[in-house]
Amino acid sequence: MSVLLHLLAKEFRQIFRDRIILAMMMVMPAGQLIVLPLAANFEVRNINVCVVDHDHSTASRRLTESISRSSYFTLVDVVPSMRSAMNMMAANTIDVALEIPHDFDRRMVRGESPRIVLAANAINGMKANIGTVYLGHVLQRFSDEQYIAASADGLQRRGIEIRTIDRFNPALNYRTYMVPGILALLLTMIAVYLSALNIVREQEIGTIEQINVTPITKVQFIAGKLIPFWILGLVVFSIGMLLARVVYGVIPQGSIVTIYLFAGVYLITVLGLGLLISTISRTQQQAMFMSFFFMMIFIMMGGLFTSIDSMPAWAQTITILNPVRYFIDVMRMVVLKGSTLYDIRHHLLVIAVMGVVLNGVAVLNYRKTN
Amino acid sequence: MVSVRGISKRYGAVQAVADVHFDVARGELFGLIGPDGAGKTSLLRIITTVLLADDGAASVDGHDVVRDYRTIRSMVGYMPGRFSLYQDLSVQENLDFFATLFGTTVEENYDLIRDIYVQLEPFKQRRAGNLSGGMKQKLALCCALIHSPTLLVLDEPTTGVDPVSRKEFWAMLRRFKEQGITTIVSTPYMDEARLCDRIALMQHGRIMQTATPDEIVAGFTTALFAARSANMYALHLDLLAHRNVESCYTFGEYLHVTLIDSSQGAVQTLSDNLLQRHPEFELISMEPTVEDCFIRMTNGVS
Repeated sequence: MSVLLHLLAKEFRQIFRDRIILAMMMVMPAGQLIVLPLAANFEVRNINVCVVDHDHSTASRRLTESISRSSYFTLVDVVPSMRSAMNMMAANTIDVALEIPHDFDRRMVRGESPRIVLAANAINGMKANIGTVYLGHVLQRFSDEQYIAASADGLQRRGIEIRTIDRFNPALNYRTYMVPGILALLLTMIAVYLSALNIVREQEIGTIEQINVTPITKVQFIAGKLIPFWILGLVVFSIGMLLARVVYGVIPQGSIVTIYLFAGVYLITVLGLGLLISTISRTQQQAMFMSFFFMMIFIMMGGLFTSIDSMPAWAQTITILNPVRYFIDVMRMVVLKGSTLYDIRHHLLVIAVMGVVLNGVAVLNYRKTN
Repeated sequence: MVSVRGISKRYGAVQAVADVHFDVARGELFGLIGPDGAGKTSLLRIITTVLLADDGAASVDGHDVVRDYRTIRSMVGYMPGRFSLYQDLSVQENLDFFATLFGTTVEENYDLIRDIYVQLEPFKQRRAGNLSGGMKQKLALCCALIHSPTLLVLDEPTTGVDPVSRKEFWAMLRRFKEQGITTIVSTPYMDEARLCDRIALMQHGRIMQTATPDEIVAGFTTALFAARSANMYALHLDLLAHRNVESCYTFGEYLHVTLIDSSQGAVQTLSDNLLQRHPEFELISMEPTVEDCFIRMTNGVS
């Protein structure tokens, strides 16, 4: 036991002595957590629109005005033919073209449905999709206004009205949604990189040679490595949670204890992955590459940027092995929805099993003798 | 104390150690002499339990290096050829750390390291990475001695060390011997062989001979000459071409020569022949060194 304490003391001494690593561990994640959610914004603004007006009526001018008033759209031009609008789209100066037919006003007055064409540049699929949806909303509102104005008796309009309520994130605030996920990613990165590099470093510098001839056991040696990073990981996580609260006002709906319990188990799992990488690598460079490869997959297939539900089936199967997916999920469940320990029990079980497997293989793979 | 029986180790296509046998007696200062790549480090790592042999058995004080590796690790002090202490920890921190790993303290074994430690003391707050080469080596030796080992294994401790420090270092090894510590030391420097009680000459993973330095030199049965001239290169070629020359190799500022017929008449003939082409030709009789023996054995092998 006292040997382990000395190993821990030595490890902490080395960590605190390396100012750059310390700064990388503490300041970089904090900085990234502040900046990244601002950049990772799925809201689409500044959609460039061109109106093709064949009607030249009061109604068509009012519709054009209501589009230019919206903060989502920039009205680039009003042109007389669809051909010139398509040329603008080919030149990438507009994202969406809206064609108003020559009988627009007349049909509106008669209470018929005029036919409007929306053409979107789908090179940027997301912008095209969201742009047409938003434009659809504008058109819907415009037609509602016209209809009510036309019915002088003030009768309620008929038909179906769809009203959407967004539960757990009523304002559809992307930051509330992104921050817990980004925090999960940052913690994973720190844990994997540090544990993978640290042990390989001992091998690369040769210090492991001197450690190997001492009577300490490999379990002691590994525990001496993982415990400091586990503690530091939780410290970084706490800083992140605090920043999320102060900067983005993200206050967990669920229990803090549940979050920390999961984070604690999760850290053991990802530290185990780092350890496994370190037992396979011979140099820090190799360890870095291997960690980077895993992180790439974890990030892209973690459900933060692409919803797992919209991935193809084979990709969804792969994400089952991605620990980050579970952590992001749990963070969102507990922070946004207020899920309890009981609700996340499956996630916790999966992560715990992964932890046992990864650490087990790593310990078996790490040899004091070769 | 140490017994090595038929140890072999192969790395892919390279046979690093091939069927090596030797014994080291208690309290002996044993030298493993051979050029780089002879297999010295592999052999030492097998004895210190950090490398597994492919074949053969080795034991330290009756403990098998594979089965009883934990016992051996607590009784062996190993100093690897490459500086392997924590460069970002201070001298004092390194010493304390390795002492605790062995369940001891610096104070407990202070007597053993005192001579070296007093030289390190002025720098004890300095980080190990910022020490000079000689000081690093002393610190490494301190750390290897900190748990009062019964067997000290030093892998090329004097490589890259200046001649004065080398001399000091060997004097230190003699003192450990007086304290009853068994030492195995490897070195590529043949001149250091003389300072060992017994040596094993190693080449291409094999031990060519194990004996005391005197015995090894005594095994050099033929007469040895040192030759010199103004044009050493031409002399070397001329000697090799001479029918009476058995071997000729560069040795410091001389060429060492052995003859097929070393009788006085034959030596005189050789001198006369060479004086015709080399007016400054000089041939003197030499006492063989361990290096001469090593070269002779190597030639015999190849």
